[in-house]
Amino acid sequence: MSASDDRDVLRLSVNGVEQALLVGPYTTLLELLREDLRLTGTKHGCELGECGACTVLVDGVAQLSCLVLPAQLDGAAVTTIEGLAEGSVLHPLQRAFMRSGALQCGYCTPGMILAAKALLDANPAPSREEIRQALAGNLCRCTGYASIIEAVEDVARSAS
Amino acid sequence: MNLSPATHDGQALHVVGKPLPRVEAVGKVTGGTLYADDIDLSGLLHCKLLRSHHAHARVLSIDTSSALAVPGVVAVITGQDLPARYGIMPTCEDEVALEHEKVRFVGDPVAAVAAVDEAAALAGCRAIRVEYDPLEAVESIEQALLSPGSEPIHDYAGPANIHRLAALEFGDVEAGFARADHIREDVFFFEGNTHLPMEQHSATAQAANGHVTLWSSTQNPHYVQRILASVLDLPMGHVRVVAAPHGGGFGGKCDPFSHEIVVCKLAMLTGRPVKCTLTREEVFYTHRGRHPVLMWVRTGVDASGRICAMHFRTALDGGAYGSYGPASTLYTGALQTTTYAIPAYRFEGARVFTNKAPCGPKRGHGTPQPRFALEVHLDKIAEEIGLDPVELRRRNYVKPFTRTVNWLRITSCGLEEVTDRVLEASRESRRERRPGHGVGFAVSSYMCGAGLPIYWNKLPHSECVINVGRGGVTLFCGATDIGQGSDSVLATVAAEELGLSPGDIRLVTGDTGLTPVDLGSYSSRVTFMAGNAARMAASRMRELIVAAVAEEEGCAPSEIEVREGKIGRLMFEEAAVLAEERLGTLSSHGSYSPPADIGGRYKGSGVGPSPAYSYSAAVVDLDADHCTGEVHVNKVWLAHDIGRAINELAVRGQVEGGVYMALGEALMEAQVYRDGLHKQPSMLDYKSLTFLEMPEVETILVETVDPEGPYGAKEVGQGPLLPVIPAVVSAVHDALGVWVDEVPVTPEKILKALDARAKGKEGRFGPKSFPDVPYPPLVKVTPPDAAAAAL
Ligand code: FES
Ligand code: FES
Repeated sequence: MSASDDRDVLRLSVNGVEQALLVGPYTTLLELLREDLRLTGTKHGCELGECGACTVLVDGVAQLSCLVLPAQLDGAAVTTIEGLAEGSVLHPLQRAFMRSGALQCGYCTPGMILAAKALLDANPAPSREEIRQALAGNLCRCTGYASIIEAVEDVARSAS
Repeated sequence: MNLSPATHDGQALHVVGKPLPRVEAVGKVTGGTLYADDIDLSGLLHCKLLRSHHAHARVLSIDTSSALAVPGVVAVITGQDLPARYGIMPTCEDEVALEHEKVRFVGDPVAAVAAVDEAAALAGCRAIRVEYDPLEAVESIEQALLSPGSEPIHDYAGPANIHRLAALEFGDVEAGFARADHIREDVFFFEGNTHLPMEQHSATAQAANGHVTLWSSTQNPHYVQRILASVLDLPMGHVRVVAAPHGGGFGGKCDPFSHEIVVCKLAMLTGRPVKCTLTREEVFYTHRGRHPVLMWVRTGVDASGRICAMHFRTALDGGAYGSYGPASTLYTGALQTTTYAIPAYRFEGARVFTNKAPCGPKRGHGTPQPRFALEVHLDKIAEEIGLDPVELRRRNYVKPFTRTVNWLRITSCGLEEVTDRVLEASRESRRERRPGHGVGFAVSSYMCGAGLPIYWNKLPHSECVINVGRGGVTLFCGATDIGQGSDSVLATVAAEELGLSPGDIRLVTGDTGLTPVDLGSYSSRVTFMAGNAARMAASRMRELIVAAVAEEEGCAPSEIEVREGKIGRLMFEEAAVLAEERLGTLSSHGSYSPPADIGGRYKGSGVGPSPAYSYSAAVVDLDADHCTGEVHVNKVWLAHDIGRAINELAVRGQVEGGVYMALGEALMEAQVYRDGLHKQPSMLDYKSLTFLEMPEVETILVETVDPEGPYGAKEVGQGPLLPVIPAVVSAVHDALGVWVDEVPVTPEKILKALDARAKGKEGRFGPKSFPDVPYPPLVKVTPPDAAAAAL
């Protein structure tokens, strides 16, 4: 990679690993994660900010990675679905999604789990309405949403 | 939920029926599952398609020379490189992978570029010069029926732009109407909509030594393999299609697609792997979704409300290509009889070509539209003759183990039970009334797999192989898990037979190079057909291992118990190794073909027969605002005759997902065009339900234990969608006193119906008339006689 092109060096922590990355000005965070870092757990359904499938956490806040330009993120900490489990021990949300049948095709699942994590980190005991509001930007075509709400409530309940 | 005790044929069930997590769930919650677009291969090229921006035009010339000069572009192909015509149905092979003579809708692919990255492929597409000669575009069913202003969209079929016509009569319909005390006619319209899977279609191909491998987000690897072999002119055995883990289909990934063929061709030409992932906008053009259907229905009932005769007419807007069209057409007339005993029935159907994205199968394939019309029509009859709409239906319900007037064999049938249960559960809500509050009820039924394959062949519809080696079990089946949970069904069935847990079974599925045939994930066929094949294979394996253990122990095989990881006194693994020592390679197989006598023998009888039918009943509770026309759904109760739930959690998920999709179709989802252009090819503009609009769903499962389903199981993937749409329409009528005879029921349509009523006209919104369709002479079919009608 030549330093004479228009890419900038960016410092980013991804799932706890410090990275120095060369990124072009038009590369989105979604592309950086999926194509450069091969973290394909982050999904895409539109690449226009309309579906929520690409949700990741940036400094703990849920963001649509298809709309984020990494250049804005120097020094930030990004968490993707690959960074949620502690080794082979799944995160309580991952376990609850499995138990409640909150996934079918699973394509919305990484984004859904991360959006739910951002909610629970900020508000450990959300009401059903708060869960709905927090996840309303994440579409799912398979489940009808009820089992996802159940999974999030389940985790909130067992944490309290 | 209240399920029957877990036994089957007197044997206790250990894993069947349990609400266990899906077998592939860990990969999906950790991001480890590799979907089609997640596949990366060394030297991978990226492909983009150049698509027509004309709705209908002759292609005069395509100049690709400057595209080849774009840096990074490796290959460019046009229709000349892939001239073979194909289509999923042998009777309408009217597609080519890339059109080089004429384009038929905005989005029709004309050229493909492979390059080192997507940006270079796009730049290559932009450098291609295509000269078009625009033709008149056909945009509606009515227009398609007129003689065309320029040339017809296709040079086969006709007259005008008619693709397909059907006319069938079962029994003496005129005599039926003559003896009716009351006759009513209605006209309905169902606007089309699309699947909107969360995953955009993606395909990657690799070619070497005259062999091609395709990984694709397809529901039907078997049919894709067949079409690829034909279009690429390769032996079937040289084409391997792998269904990648699937990000949602709903029928939208059932056809062989241009991008799948193109990446194979480009891989063969360049010697490098090639991937094509569609953008969301392209997914809207790829479509193959719900047909817009105009419907006219006339029914005669006697004084007690019993149906004497029914005449049902449909006209489908097929879009630009044939796809599954002949089947879609017949499906708009086939399943009216599986819920109601109609003694004399006439069906006339037509599918037309228009210059829009091609329609095809979507969840319920061709049956949600007539189900909406039929149920609302029955509500109107009930209102007119002063009979409770539920009672009117009950008086006409089909009975279990009978044969319908169009020769469909009904076996287990829980119509009465699903009706009782859904009414019981919603009783309180139906009692409480307030202005603008409405409750609607409807029923439906759906097939557990199509009785016939899509092209004529006598292969089993599903096959499974089980290998046991060094104590481990591997099940091979062509079935494809599209999120509906078919992998879990196969693993659960095999585990039940072998006394293991589903997680003990290693699965190899949906791979035409490694697995025996399964026709695909469509028509709700997998649990019934692949489930039966898996059960046969697994029970044969169990016999092999049990016999070896019995011999070792010196007892009869019947004395050996198989459960909880043990075969008799031995652990499964020890028993399996013992059997392998005695018998050599341990392999068993099972296959499933539907019985021959499930349908009639007339032209068109191939659509409708199924080895069993599921039954659903819905109650929808909503509030509708007479000032804004807005509808707020409070709750949906859905009772479903599942036969037996193989996995209660997965079944509940399918019911909730079906209700969700139905509410979207009933209230907002529509694929609409203006001047040949798709009006909203984005997820923001194409409205679907979010967390905020989705109401509570109460699922009630009824187990009728079908005599032929695996452990009695029937389908759940499609059936529960069907009754919800008419129940919404009925509830809106209950709330506001107006009929919206056109789906989706939008606030605008409700306000127009209220407005019409305020002006002293009929409080209704919907089509006024049904067009003149040149249906052919009726094929008259003698219905089964009384002896044949009672099985
Ligand atoms: S891919 Fe980012 S919102 Fe859809
Ligand atoms: S599980 Fe398929 S989109 Fe949500």
